[in-house]
Amino acid sequence: MPDTLLQVDHLKKVYESSTGDVEAIGDIGFTMRRGELVCIVGPSGCGKTTLLKCIAGLLKPTAGAVILDGSAVTGPPPNMALVFQEYGRSLYPWLTVRGNVELPLKHKTLTRAERDRLIDDALAAVGLEHAAKSYPWQLSGGMQQRVAIARAVAYQPEVLIMDEPFAAVDAQTRADLEDLVRRLHLERGMSILFVTHDIDESVYLGERVIVLSKSPTWVQEDLAIDLAPDRDQITTRALPRFTELRTHVYEQIQRAKRGEAVRPGV
Amino acid sequence: MTLYTSTVRTARRPSRIWTKAAGSIGFAIGLPLVLLVVWGIWGTLAPATFFPGPLTILDAFVDTWIGPAFVDDVLPSLGRLALAIVLSVGVGIAAGTVIGLTRWLRELLEPLLEFFRAIPPPVLIPVFVALLGVTDTMKVVVIVFGSLWPVLLNTVEGVRATDSVMTETARSFSLTRSQRLFGLVLPAASPRIMAGVRQTLSVALIMMVISEMFYSSSGLGFQIAYFQRNYLIAEMWSGIVLLGLVGVLLAVIFSIVERRVLRWYHGVKEVERA
Amino acid sequence: MPHPGIRSSPHGPASFGSDVPMTLAPPAPVHTSTVVVARRRRHPARLVRKIALGSLGIVGFLGLWQLVSALGLVRASSLPSAVDTFAQLGVMARDLEFWRNIGRTMTTWAIGLVAAGVLGIVLGAIVGLVPFLRRATHTTVEFLRPIPSVALIPLAILAYGIQMQAALVIVVYACFWQVFVQVLYGVADIDTVARDTARSFGLTRASRLRNLVLPTALPYVMTGLRLAAAVALILAITAEMTIGNPGLGRVIFQASNVGNITTVYAIVIVTGILGLIVNLVFRLIERRSLSWHQSVRGEEVL
Repeated sequence: MPDTLLQVDHLKKVYESSTGDVEAIGDIGFTMRRGELVCIVGPSGCGKTTLLKCIAGLLKPTAGAVILDGSAVTGPPPNMALVFQEYGRSLYPWLTVRGNVELPLKHKTLTRAERDRLIDDALAAVGLEHAAKSYPWQLSGGMQQRVAIARAVAYQPEVLIMDEPFAAVDAQTRADLEDLVRRLHLERGMSILFVTHDIDESVYLGERVIVLSKSPTWVQEDLAIDLAPDRDQITTRALPRFTELRTHVYEQIQRAKRGEAVRPGV
Repeated sequence: MTLYTSTVRTARRPSRIWTKAAGSIGFAIGLPLVLLVVWGIWGTLAPATFFPGPLTILDAFVDTWIGPAFVDDVLPSLGRLALAIVLSVGVGIAAGTVIGLTRWLRELLEPLLEFFRAIPPPVLIPVFVALLGVTDTMKVVVIVFGSLWPVLLNTVEGVRATDSVMTETARSFSLTRSQRLFGLVLPAASPRIMAGVRQTLSVALIMMVISEMFYSSSGLGFQIAYFQRNYLIAEMWSGIVLLGLVGVLLAVIFSIVERRVLRWYHGVKEVERA
Repeated sequence: MPHPGIRSSPHGPASFGSDVPMTLAPPAPVHTSTVVVARRRRHPARLVRKIALGSLGIVGFLGLWQLVSALGLVRASSLPSAVDTFAQLGVMARDLEFWRNIGRTMTTWAIGLVAAGVLGIVLGAIVGLVPFLRRATHTTVEFLRPIPSVALIPLAILAYGIQMQAALVIVVYACFWQVFVQVLYGVADIDTVARDTARSFGLTRASRLRNLVLPTALPYVMTGLRLAAAVALILAITAEMTIGNPGLGRVIFQASNVGNITTVYAIVIVTGILGLIVNLVFRLIERRSLSWHQSVRGEEVL
């Protein structure tokens, strides 16, 4: 068995609301190896965020299990870091950039020097060394998201989970941030679980793309992306293989939206 | 990569700086000066018994308050006021945090607390005089009990409504409870809390004035009432001016503290408005 | 967070989990559907609990009060029992003079509020809309505003004696600032884009006032009036206690002088109820006018 880092088993989540019970996730299962970059895409409303929150231990699933590095996830595990879509609400406005990056490190047993080194390293990795003393709200959206990424990187998690992090950012900045994620993955061997609604992004970034079905969600397809690890925005996106893959994923999503895919074993 | 906020600045020419400064000062003291002059002239032209001119008041001010009266009456009053404010704000924030974060406690106490807040604070003075007599303790307690509610209830409101994404961030990074309280909940609630502190400050001042003017035999308020009863008009006015200065001083101190504590909040608001 | 409550599911236990990535061949199409099951209302239960706990709090407090006085922990001359206090309240409610006193207090309140409101709105609008006036009056306003209006009570007594006018001076002075400052905020809050739009379309001054200034400032005016209403009640009663013009405040003052402690406590409760009513009414009015306007307004001081 290859080095499995994360295992999701028959995950199911039912929400009760005032308008009735909604089965957000029906039956999701997949595994993720150490050092992989896995992207998750699906039609709107297919419970991608719910799935992430269950994996991150922020929500209790109705059934099924999430196993991280051999232990079951019952609450937010200490070796996992999250980057949210709403960076404006996830960064603390009363802390400077440096303060925000430092906050999760405070309860880890580290010496001052080690902590400072981690912070400086993380800020340098995202290209924000000179912005350490600024406040998040003084920065642009793209830079704020970099701060959130730096915060996650400094935390040194085993797996980094990103929930549609670039959805609220303009296209040019998004391209820069995608390359940043690839770089972090390649240079540091970070295991990354990346949820997005952008099909091109999922193919550009991922080593695997997991396509989710419509609600009640299950894994409709687990696709291997056989592009070279060394990717760049212009050449990679112009490759015929890229176009093939993205078209396939697009078609899968369309089928998912129309509810045409069938679950094997039902 | 440049920061959003970088702009090109050129040096201001010195003469422009001076004219600008002069303009600011002019606006600052212009109207008050004009009003004082008008009052002074009116005082000499049509003297009213109860409205002496500003110079008379100034004389009386120096005579009355610069001297033993300051130490005997003013300082103790201000001391009691300061102590009461510290207690009010301290108890208000501490209790407000506990109540705000405990759902059943909040639901239990909220109607009761809202009722206490609705009672006009000076009405409580006779109650406390009956309970504690006219002592220094009573004077402090009555200020605390009257002015506690705004900061208490604002704290309750502030700590309940922490942004959900911020809370999830804290949870996802496994921050401890005390880290969450002091690093997230309280800073996020601080704008609300400061608004409550501002109201508490002004109620505290009112309580000090009323309790001293009508229920006490010493203190700044008592002196002013004494002057009024004995028709020492200029002295009475000087006392009112002194009270006004105390009020302004409190407002200035609050303003300084608020600007420091809420520097980030004002920054966020400015960015939002732009 | 919603609790996990499992209803039914048409999907069997079969799973589709695999750690081997699929190839490009897609499976055959079949319909799936979302599962929406039976309703369960949760909101009324929460509301009932809230009301129950709140009532319990009040009842508990009254019980504690009664217990403390029954046990004699505090002398009866300082703390009447809860039962006695409410009994006295009942007696007073049957006395016409009690209601007349409420009327007198509320009359002072109303006149003071209206006068302060009109002055505050008019002067606030004028100063707010003319930048020169704004700058010129800034320091004066910042100095006069924090002066506690109760400091003027001795002056009011000298100037007007024991009459309603004296009380009105105190009430109007404090309430004026509440409304004035809010109007200044409101006028300053006019969206610059909206204003430029109005000017580029050649709207007259009067039309801009009506269509742009008024709607923007209205929620602020409502907030100012709500704050002023609370302040007016407090000062009206305070004035009656200290100056001595007829009203609830004077009743308390006289009762405490003769040691009629039960009346004192009873009136305290009455004033609390009055305060709640005033606050509730004005909050409702404010919420109506605020329904489209989202902003945080700084609450002002007395």
